[in-house]
Amino acid sequence: MPATSQVYFFATCLIDLLYPQAGLAGMQLLRREGVEVIFPANQTCCGQPAFNSGYRDEALAVARAQLACFPRDIPVVVPSGSCGGMMRQHWPELFAGQPDEQAALDVAARTYELTEFLVDVLQIRLRDLGEPLAVAIHTSCSARREMGVADRIESLVAQLDKVEVLTQARKAECCGFGGTFAVKQADVSGAMVRDKTDALRATAAQCVISQDCGCLMNIGGAFEKQGDGLQTRHIAEFLWERTEGAAP
Amino acid sequence: MSSARDNILGRLRANRPHAAPTPPVYAKPLGWDRERCITEFMTRMQAVRGETHRVARDDWPAWINRELPPRGIHRGLIGRGAVAEKLAAAAADEFTLTRYDHAIDDWKGVLFRDIDFSVTGTLAGLAESGSLVLWPSPDEPRLMSLVPPLHIALLDAGRMFENFAALLAAENWSARMPTNALLVSGPSKTADIEQTLAYGIHGPKALIVLILE
Amino acid sequence: MNQTQAFHRRIDAALHNDQLRRNFRSALSGIQAKRETQFPDDTQLQSLREQARMVRANALVRQPELLEQLEARLTANGIQVHWAETPQQANTIIGDILQAAGARSVVKGKSMVSEETELNHYLEQLGIEVVESDLGEFIIQLAQEPPSHIVAPAIHKNRREVAELFHRFYPDIPYTEDIDQLTQSARLILREKFAAADAGISGVNFAVAETGTLCLVENEGNGRLSTTAPRVHIAITGVEKVVERLSDVPPLLEILTKSATGQPITTYFNMISRPRQPGELDGPEAVHLVLLDNGRSRIRVDEELLDTLRCIRCGTCINYCPVYVQLGGHAYGTVYPGPIGIALEPQRIGIDKVGTLTSACTMCGACGEVCPVKIPLPKLINRLRAEAVNEQRTTTPLLGRGSLRKPSEATIWKLWQQMYSRPRLYRLFTLVATRLRWLTPGSLGGWTRYRSAPRPAPRSLRELAMKEGFGSE
Repeated sequence: MPATSQVYFFATCLIDLLYPQAGLAGMQLLRREGVEVIFPANQTCCGQPAFNSGYRDEALAVARAQLACFPRDIPVVVPSGSCGGMMRQHWPELFAGQPDEQAALDVAARTYELTEFLVDVLQIRLRDLGEPLAVAIHTSCSARREMGVADRIESLVAQLDKVEVLTQARKAECCGFGGTFAVKQADVSGAMVRDKTDALRATAAQCVISQDCGCLMNIGGAFEKQGDGLQTRHIAEFLWERTEGAAP
Repeated sequence: MSSARDNILGRLRANRPHAAPTPPVYAKPLGWDRERCITEFMTRMQAVRGETHRVARDDWPAWINRELPPRGIHRGLIGRGAVAEKLAAAAADEFTLTRYDHAIDDWKGVLFRDIDFSVTGTLAGLAESGSLVLWPSPDEPRLMSLVPPLHIALLDAGRMFENFAALLAAENWSARMPTNALLVSGPSKTADIEQTLAYGIHGPKALIVLILE
Repeated sequence: MNQTQAFHRRIDAALHNDQLRRNFRSALSGIQAKRETQFPDDTQLQSLREQARMVRANALVRQPELLEQLEARLTANGIQVHWAETPQQANTIIGDILQAAGARSVVKGKSMVSEETELNHYLEQLGIEVVESDLGEFIIQLAQEPPSHIVAPAIHKNRREVAELFHRFYPDIPYTEDIDQLTQSARLILREKFAAADAGISGVNFAVAETGTLCLVENEGNGRLSTTAPRVHIAITGVEKVVERLSDVPPLLEILTKSATGQPITTYFNMISRPRQPGELDGPEAVHLVLLDNGRSRIRVDEELLDTLRCIRCGTCINYCPVYVQLGGHAYGTVYPGPIGIALEPQRIGIDKVGTLTSACTMCGACGEVCPVKIPLPKLINRLRAEAVNEQRTTTPLLGRGSLRKPSEATIWKLWQQMYSRPRLYRLFTLVATRLRWLTPGSLGGWTRYRSAPRPAPRSLRELAMKEGFGSE
């Protein structure tokens, strides 16, 4: 395992532009644990949108542009199961036979999803400073199946003693985001997120937490459209708020 | 159509995928003794509405004489051989027994319409899945365990195996497969309407296993 | 109308059929729960999956030898083997056998391969009566619909719909919505058919090369009846169904029945090795096996795509697919729906014909997680998406490669690449997007039909991180 006193933070394009507070909270959580967090200036996107749409050459070009962002043998922490899954599971496939395959394998091997890093590597201990709150957790499909880290978010939230976790029906079912799926199959995606939001609402949770901003954009956007007051939060932002008593 | 054969095999031979390892022979030893096997078998069989009774080895005709008439079941089908002879000799008067002793082709209608129950032996029992193993034979043909609404199967308590893999390994089936071999685990059933279990669709509506000890 | 428009039209119909969606949601929730009771121990499940995967993978590698061995053993056992490259050939073979035997009526056990060849339609044109005898197949034959699921063909119908069908075709039977009574009605109707049929047609779950044995898995007994009561039995199957040894069967049987139906085993496991032998009193006098290729040997050429052929047709990927549960099987418009359909059908039929199916997947991975033979379905679907928009990617003999490439879409991805592979350009973009966030459109096509539009934050994370004193390299 690479040294952990320093990490690279790979923000993901979605967080950089749409959910920077989630990314910042993730970086602050790491820093509070004594980790020096480096934000590589030239990072952009892992290449997943094109990869999942069949445009592999375009995905490869974008993924390739990231390799130079992580030269040293320190972990790359990603606050997203799907971008982490892209880097860890699909980069080896995407770069297979390419001249920089080894560099891609190297980065893939030291890529961590944020909750995975907090639990497995840092063994973080959390103290809950917030008011009593009922939440539901939506684990992204990539965190669950590609990264195999579904239980990390659960164990982090379980450390917060004033937070009650409610479980929605069909918890492991996809929310219907799927990247370009939500555009190409907009109506199917809409039906899926309707089922997901119905199940979440039925728990009477006050807030829905996830480790992926793609799912949160889908679920939170649907709540908003449905005129529902249900809040959504990325796990990093949620943990930071609960343990600092304030927004980042 | 031999050209189709040659074309298909030719295409398959032209492209040999990377070798895959030959899988090990599957075994799933459970460490169950005979009594455990019997109780597991009964639990599984009952879970799919199979009736099971432990009966002394020579008492099964008496069980039939005692239990079937009150249920209004009288018209039986027997094959040839020891089981058939034993029932024929001991059956109570209210039973009408038909012998399956000639080819089915000219009496299918009788078999499908005029028989209430059949009695057959079995080759073995499988504990883990609650299955009967049948090797139909000229003496106990294939339709005997299939067409009558009630099938009574005699299972020797000494012929229990943990599972199918154990039986295949112990008795070297691959060298001597019969015309037809069957695993039967309960009466006929379906869940094709609303995933709701309903029993007695095409095969026997009821299966009674008499475990002979 | 092109294939994508046609697909969207079927999707639209499915999504607007609330009854249909309720039927699927309820049925699939039940099947999932039943399956999960069969695998309490994940370690055991994973080791059984690995065994099943190895059995199937080995059989595919050795497929030509195993098929020859199967043919030799079956022939020695007295079962006649026929080969068909195309559905038309398979239908001709079966039609000829039936006509030579003077068969006027056929009872059928469930066979998805016969759906590939549209066998019923062909035989009916020859004037042969064909009765589907699996209860689900019987129901949809009455309704004149194709199966909507490969294991539970009438899963889309509720009891009321079944009751109305029975009443329409069999008005003498009193109307009932009771499932037990409906089942008994079907029993009475079909027993007469079994007793009278000249021939039986079935599928095959596993064909064992070592012994020349055809294995059939079922609950109802219609498979046994179709293969035992008539004087001729014709089995039809895909060339990929062969396995090497009899000892390969127990793990496949166990994981098939547990995965497909949530039962430790089905009621009947039927192993057929011979026609009726001298002295035997029943069973068909002639047994035939039709081995159908229909694109399978082409699929096997590609090291990655050949995993598709490991499939044992349990339907578990379908049962867990979050898209299938919304749409049901008919929306796919192909013989095989759901994840296995998305992976198999474009390969079998051509991307230019049905490649648009690959859009009906969120890459959630649920199918790959439950597949009993560990087919990496999301990976295959992703690969097919790549083949659909790029003619030159590989030399794989896929039909219709590149046929779904649209210049407009390709241009968008090229622009996307330009921006995201050039950090300075990307930074400029985020700067502009955050500063002009009020210009973000409030309507983004299909997305905003169901959700609010996402909007850039006032400052990007890059800027916030710098402000908070995080280092960058």
